[in-house]
Amino acid sequence: MINSSDSSRRNDVENAGEAGLEEARLRQQAIGVKLRHMFDEVVNEPVPDEFLEILKRADAKASGGGA
Amino acid sequence: MSTSRLGAAPKPASADDDGFKRELVQLIPHLRAFARTLTGDPTAADDLAQDAMMKAWDARASYQMGTNMKAWTFMILRNQFYSEKRRSWRQSQLDQEAAERTLVAVDDPEAPVALDELRQALKTLPEEQREALILVGAGGFAYEEAAEICGCAVGTVKSRVSRARRALAATLEKGGYGRDGKAAGDAMRSILGEADRLAGARS
Repeated sequence: MINSSDSSRRNDVENAGEAGLEEARLRQQAIGVKLRHMFDEVVNEPVPDEFLEILKRADAKASGGGA
Repeated sequence: MSTSRLGAAPKPASADDDGFKRELVQLIPHLRAFARTLTGDPTAADDLAQDAMMKAWDARASYQMGTNMKAWTFMILRNQFYSEKRRSWRQSQLDQEAAERTLVAVDDPEAPVALDELRQALKTLPEEQREALILVGAGGFAYEEAAEICGCAVGTVKSRVSRARRALAATLEKGGYGRDGKAAGDAMRSILGEADRLAGARS
């Protein structure tokens, strides 16, 4: 991507650096959005009944059989 | 706060237990999501999340109400994950099986392509980078909280997250996880497109 031929080298590097930074920033933003989306997808799934049943049983045991 | 219908019943811990349980129940979806990113396998993830939930419940006496219960439960889940992993001498084989199952599991025609690609790319990251990135980038934890959960220094989390971000971008750019012969850069393009769509939908 970076043209490294003598005199124009520095400008090229700077421009490429700037454009590269901006592009990298946009990419990171996009990855961030996707990452949250991926995580939230699971968060938004209905919780399997098993979880609440296990907890309910443990709670009943803790409070003396739920009498 | 709690509806103490039992009045003066001789159970001093039960009002606290109610509050604790309510909070814990609200965290279950987040524990499931974190477990999914650690194991990469929905079934193993739910087993792990259930174990972590029960460990948290059993340890409720050591939890101080009002402190960060999400971080506390995530730490329990993470410890559980790594101690199981250490115990299992068959783990490399299990990882392989899980990876294969997950490849099938995410092969859902409804799932946006970009998400599938991100999942595959995440798998190429070293574990400690992946968990740091997930905690900070998706779980909404501050660097300090993530450091507490992972039992390492804040600076370590920061560098793991930034290395993970760079590596992810590079992997997606190259399509380096070798997905069905797609042209280089396709993964990143679809991620950029997807992200635009999601951002648009959100605002």
